[in-house]
Amino acid sequence: MAISPPENKLWWKEPLSGVEITWVGIAFLWGLVMFGTMVSWHFVGKQNLSNETYRTTPDAFGEKVEAMVERFQVREEGDTGVPVVHPTPGSDVYMLGRLWEWWPVLELEKGQNYRLHLSSTDWQHGFSLQPQNINIQVHPGYDMVLTITPDKAGEYAVVCNEFCGIGHHTMVGKIHVVDKK
Amino acid sequence: MAVDTQAPSRGFSGASYRTCPETGLKVCSQAEALIKVNAVVAVVFLAVGGFFGLLVALTRWPAVHLLPADWFYLLLTAHGADVLLFWIIFFEVAVLYFASAIILNCRLAAPKWAWLAFVLMVVGAVVANVAVLQGESSVMFTSYVPMQAAPHFYLGLIVFAVGALIAVFVFFGTLVIAKEEGSYEGSVPLVTFGAITAAIIAVFTIASGAIILIPTFLWSVGYISHIDPLMYKVIWWGMGHSSQQINVSAQVAIWYAVAAMLLGAKPLSEKVSRMAFLMYILFLQLASAHHLLVEPGVSSEWKIFNTSYALYLAVLGSMIHGMSIPGAMEAAQRRAGFNNGMFEWLRKAPWGNPAFSGVALSIVIFGFLGGITGVIMGTEQLNLIMHNTLYVPGHFHATVVGGTTLAFMAITYLVVPLIFRKEIMFKKIAQWQPYVFGAGISGVSLFMMGAGTLGVSRRHWDIGFSDAAMSFDYPATAFLMMGLNGISAILASLGGLMFVLVVVCSVFFGKARTPESIAASPTLPSTGTAETVTTYGSEKHPKLPGTVVLVTVFFVAFVLYYYVNWKYLSEVWPLS
Repeated sequence: MAISPPENKLWWKEPLSGVEITWVGIAFLWGLVMFGTMVSWHFVGKQNLSNETYRTTPDAFGEKVEAMVERFQVREEGDTGVPVVHPTPGSDVYMLGRLWEWWPVLELEKGQNYRLHLSSTDWQHGFSLQPQNINIQVHPGYDMVLTITPDKAGEYAVVCNEFCGIGHHTMVGKIHVVDKK
Repeated sequence: MAVDTQAPSRGFSGASYRTCPETGLKVCSQAEALIKVNAVVAVVFLAVGGFFGLLVALTRWPAVHLLPADWFYLLLTAHGADVLLFWIIFFEVAVLYFASAIILNCRLAAPKWAWLAFVLMVVGAVVANVAVLQGESSVMFTSYVPMQAAPHFYLGLIVFAVGALIAVFVFFGTLVIAKEEGSYEGSVPLVTFGAITAAIIAVFTIASGAIILIPTFLWSVGYISHIDPLMYKVIWWGMGHSSQQINVSAQVAIWYAVAAMLLGAKPLSEKVSRMAFLMYILFLQLASAHHLLVEPGVSSEWKIFNTSYALYLAVLGSMIHGMSIPGAMEAAQRRAGFNNGMFEWLRKAPWGNPAFSGVALSIVIFGFLGGITGVIMGTEQLNLIMHNTLYVPGHFHATVVGGTTLAFMAITYLVVPLIFRKEIMFKKIAQWQPYVFGAGISGVSLFMMGAGTLGVSRRHWDIGFSDAAMSFDYPATAFLMMGLNGISAILASLGGLMFVLVVVCSVFFGKARTPESIAASPTLPSTGTAETVTTYGSEKHPKLPGTVVLVTVFFVAFVLYYYVNWKYLSEVWPLS
């Protein structure tokens, strides 16, 4: 029994049960298939996370965001006072997480590429794009760059899904995706 | 005490023993006392932490929305610490002492150190709870920097970890004593081997915890100016995830133990089962990288290496146990005469015995709900559509609650009569308990994963965003899922309450086991027929058609659900 020492002291020399060794083989091969799927998605799939990250500081990142807002602001989001920016397609766009807002609101064109920079100026936040359900961790001190291609027009919310204190559940931002002008 | 067939005898080195009337094992009285106190304190933390969990679930039920936001985050932090850490580790210490001193028939090493370990663990756990309940440490169980908790929150965890480390070394010491005093012959039993696996991983886990929590404590009191948030996460998960591997190892050891004790099942192959445990030691720690799949600053190569073969070889270990244990049960049952058709062995298993039904449900919930989803979440790209959504707690409520907690509950139904030597009270309630708890926690797990698939954030007080400047409406189905989750949590809590009621009443008010009651209802059924169950060697193995069907169903479910998730991923915005 499993609660007493093996009766056969040379247990490592016992032959294996056919059913068991077959199962081990299948499980091992399935692991190889999953490994292959993950690697090959980098070549054939369209959803892969970038490896591009830079060290930054809250001040340095904040300045870049301000510069973008100054240059590309088109209006304010409703009565929230948060600027909406409409940056040039293909350009670097920034979104900043801080207690407790995503700043600013982005307006992007459908089918265009953007280099989206994410960072935080205080604690960690979670960039959760809804209803797409794309979820990315945002750290202070790290500027993560993703190339995104919004492929459907509409209004998207950015929910914070990393706990960031008592106002965490009020931290919602927006991304508008519009048809090309 | 009346059951002792002989007065406690003084053995070597002054240790005292009794002889167990049911198993004939020599039971070291110090080991027995320490198993009792650790198990009792574990159940206290389960009750407290489980109650907090119920309040959290009722708050997340939008129609109920029980707690205010500050209390929600506070009790969510306490819930995580109390059940994920304190309930489980106290119980695991009891399991370690059981798997060494009791199973190996020897005395416990350094009982004074074991008592010190117990005191430190209690002090640490209480201090951490006080820190959280004071309200300045609502940082969640993960306590990611730069969010800061009160210094005594970190200190409590550190003191608890030191205690746990001492307990692990008492376990190792006991193994050395058993070997030196020749209390067993040949190799250690498989269950002890599983416990050794858990203990080795525990050392790694606690070391990782110390490496990150000590500087974080110093940071909280102002001696260190900065802790890098990414470095914190890499090392913290060396503790946070590895601690779950302790659970898996301990829980699988219990699966083997209960199968052996109740059915007389022997592993199909010692070699394969031990290799599977060894894979946990070698690979599971690396797999903690799957918590960092959407972080900045870690490369795809690093993620793929750590979460593919490092992870899959560990998963292979679990898949082996998942086949070997039902296989061993089938073999034992068939030799005991339940040989009709594909599944008579399963139908005629002791489903009315909560120790057996608890383990059976634990295997199914852990494998189907916890295991498959864990592998999928640990896939580099798929994590993008799951990270920090409710899918994550949905997954780990299947592994840690449906798997580990249910397995621990199951063996408690054997520990009470064998170690506490008390009759189980309220037998009907005990009989139903694993089913109620298992159904409740399966619901919790499934509905949270459902909500997570729809994007609902974990650790979130208000998915209606009523106080937010900008708003967003999750689909109505997500709200339905949260309601069903709340109902399931009530059911699971009822199952938890039944467990606590049965165990506490039996331990403190139960009738002592007497030779007559043991003869009338032995805890361990005679395995006279099963004793001859397996002779090793493949040609002597019985055919196992039932197990083949069960693992085939599992495998098909795994493959289908894996590719369904790739389909979901392919529909989101292209990104690179």
